[in-house]
Parts: sequence; C-alpha cells; structure tokens
Amino acid sequence: MQLFPCPFCGPREESEFHYGGEAGNLRPDGDVTAERWAGYLHMRDNPKGPTREIWVHMTCGEFFAMSRDSVNHKVSGSSALGEAEHGA
Amino acid sequence: MTRHYSALSLFKEGIAGQTGWVKAWRSPDPKPRYDAIIIGGGGHGLATAYYLAKNHGVTNVALLEKGWIGGGNTGRNTTVVRSNYFYPESAAIYGLAHSLYKTLSKDLNYNVMFSARGILTLAHSEAAMETAARSVNAIQVNGIDCELFSVEDVRRVVPIYNFSPNARFPVYGGTWQPSGGTARHDAVAWGYARAASRLGVDIIQNCEITDFIIEGGRCRGVVTSRGAIRAERTGMAVAGHSSVLAAKAGFRLPVNSYALQACVSEPVKPIIDTVVISPDTGVYVSQSDKGELVIGGALDRIPSYGQRGNLPVLEGVIAGMLEMFPIFGQLKMMRQWAGIVDVVPDSSPIIGESPLPGLFLNCGWGTGGFKAIPAGGTLLAHLLATGRHHDISRPFDLDRFARGRLIDEAAGSGIAH
Repeated sequence: MQLFPCPFCGPREESEFHYGGEAGNLRPDGDVTAERWAGYLHMRDNPKGPTREIWVHMTCGEFFAMSRDSVNHKVSGSSALGEAEHGA
Repeated sequence: MTRHYSALSLFKEGIAGQTGWVKAWRSPDPKPRYDAIIIGGGGHGLATAYYLAKNHGVTNVALLEKGWIGGGNTGRNTTVVRSNYFYPESAAIYGLAHSLYKTLSKDLNYNVMFSARGILTLAHSEAAMETAARSVNAIQVNGIDCELFSVEDVRRVVPIYNFSPNARFPVYGGTWQPSGGTARHDAVAWGYARAASRLGVDIIQNCEITDFIIEGGRCRGVVTSRGAIRAERTGMAVAGHSSVLAAKAGFRLPVNSYALQACVSEPVKPIIDTVVISPDTGVYVSQSDKGELVIGGALDRIPSYGQRGNLPVLEGVIAGMLEMFPIFGQLKMMRQWAGIVDVVPDSSPIIGESPLPGLFLNCGWGTGGFKAIPAGGTLLAHLLATGRHHDISRPFDLDRFARGRLIDEAAGSGIAH
C-alpha cells in the first residue's frame, strides 16, 4: 500500500484518493473552436516520467495538486490548489 | 529445410533429428528506405505487417520493435476473445476480429490455440438482469451470437460458482456468448511474425524510435536507435506508449495510461471450461490449457507507465474471486504482472490518420486490445496501403472527439474502462 501526502491530512493510504486529472488543463474562455474544446475535454499530455496532477482525498473531500513520477510512482510533493492549477 | 508446419513435417523432422527446421522469422538489418514502416511489434503491429503483405501485396515493409516481439501488452493480457458489444460500429470491428480468429491457425499455418469455449457475464441483481436483457437484444440485433442465461443455465455451465443462499454476490442469470473464448497470446504474435516474415516483411527488434522525420509537414520516416529509416507511410501500434510517440510527432491523444494487472494460479486439473466475468466483483477467470487459472480484474486507478500493479487492487481481485469460487481458496498464486493500457474516454479504439499526415494510428484499445488484433491489423494495413479508411474503421477516427460522435462502450456494453 502506497502512502500519498494529503496537504491537509498528511500521509494516507492510496485507496483513500481518487485521480482528478492533469494539472494546468484550464477551461478555455469565450467562443472556442470544436478542436480547442475537444482538446480541453479529451486530449492529454499523459507524460511518462515526472507529472503534476489534481487528486482528491475522498475522506476529507479536498482537491489538491500532487507531483509524481508515472514510471516509478514516487511522490515528490503535494500542495493546495494554486493559480496554476485552476486559473483563479 | 522444413518451413511448413504439419503433422507430416513434425514426423519427418522427428526421423531426421530435428535438424531441418528454419527459424520462424528472419532478423535482417534495417534498410534505409521502405514502402511502409510499422512501429510496434505486438499483436496489432505484426498483424498489420501480415495483412499489408497478404491483402495488399505491400511487402517492402519494416516492422520496428524497441524490445522483443510480443513482449509488451501481447505478453501481458488474459487472452480473452469476444465480440459481444453494444454499438453496431463496435460489433463490426470486434466481429471482424472474432471471425478472423476462428480461421487464424489455418491462415497463418501456426496453431494460435483459439478455443471457442464460451463467455459468461454474470448478473447479480434483478436490475442487472434487465440491463443484461437489453444488452443481449442489442448484441443479437448486431448479428452477434448471444443468449440470456437463467440461474439454471449458469448452474449448468459453471457448477462451481458460489450458489449458496448466503452468497455476497448471488447469481440471477447472465449473458452468454457461445462463440467467445481464448487464444494463446504468444502464438498470435509469433504466428503473425512468421507469416509476415515469409511474405517479405523485415521484422527488426531492439530498434527504438527516437524521433520522426518530418519534412514539408508530413511524416517521412523515423529516426531509430539503429539509424534513420524512411517511408512515405508510417503506422504506429504501440499501446501503452501511444502518448509518448504522439508527443514526439507533435500532437496529443485522448489517452490516459493505466496499469491493468492480472495473475495466474498454480496449474490444476480441468475445473472451469469457460470464461466467467462478474462486473460486480470486477473479476474474470478462465483456465489455460496448462491448467493455470488466469485471473484478471479492474484497472489500477492511478495513471502509470510502471508495468506493475498495486496491492489494493490485487487484494480486491483475489477477494472477489474467492467470493465467486470458494473452492479456489487453497490455490497458490504463481505469477502476477501488469500491462500499461491506453484508456480513451469512450472506451473505443482510435484508428486513422494522425494530425501529422503520413503517420497512421492504431491505439486506444483500452483493456481489450488482444481480442481485436486481427481487426486492428486489417484496418491499419488498409490505411497504410490505400491512405483511406476501411468502412469499419471510419467511425473510430480521431476526429470523433471534436465532432462529438463518441462510441461510448463504457456506457453501452458496461465495460469499466
């Protein structure tokens, strides 16, 4: 069982978490083409190696950003959502 | 020299001390230019090579594999072949694959051990039975053989299921595809490789793609660990690494990579002669010809290229299997592994020309690539030979995501991924 660091609750078992998507996939504003909209909805970088993702810790209900390696599964850090992740 | 496989050649080589067999496929050095390049030496890539040569007469073809053929997902699946899908587009593509599987051993002169032992998908509630009835109707309308099973039917086919009144997942019935079954995964790869090689295709192993040659906005070939190789048309069938190669070619795909794990038990005497799937426990089981129980389950819900599974999912699979078949409680598990699958939002494959002209895609089969190998090969070969879609592959083009014309088998046939 791998432990993931929730920025709010600390290290918890991986089965308490759910993957939310790639960080930085911002919803396009205004009148966008079908291709651009499909890009936002469906197209992914899906990187092999270091990646930054949105996760939700289901027990506390908080979404957060986690930096991880998609090959060796090592987690290098997690943080509360900032501007880069949701464009606020 | 003995090339053809038959009982007679086996007998003759037995007499001659097994000295006359030729290697199943050649291992030539790559030439600088071909008519077509296929990236990926798994089932889909090898089938593409074979059908390019056989159906279209294109034999000046290089198949490039970064490791060894059949060493990726083709060697990591659970060998199930079925075509019981909800949408007509899916029935056409998986039906094509299924019909080619039936005669594949004879076509390739290689025993792929296709065994139409039937596939049973269980229903564990009255609501699930209603969904099953709807599903069976749709599948029958698609022209695929499928029946609705009662509890008595299930008891007849899988008497070892846990029919106890206290069962956590009681059986209400199920759907049955009598012509579904299993095939030998390695034999499919090796059979296609041997047949393609005999038709003139160069199968080049240990040859990794490092970049694409892009000139005038078109793909003109690839740069590999064994030098540059040029061709006007390139096809890629690299499930598990589709996004990685797409990034090199300058575009993105609607693919997420996940690990799908499976395991086998120690070999035992014949105990289960069909494939049993339970959507509620997320477990499916069949028995290999060697006697091992081949057990698969749900995806690890963590994006991964790691080719290894995580413990919580494996525990869930084993727990589900024991609930279904308490008789397996004393079995020892022998091996566990994971393959990296391309998961697409609508759980349907992507076949067609990529955003980079001259580069053609065969990817996104999710957890069901093995059953589709003959169709994936036929359709990618058609694209590479003609530059145009086959009628069966047209709905699966990448453009469906911008057009909104998804083929949502995740909702349709209830596959989880």
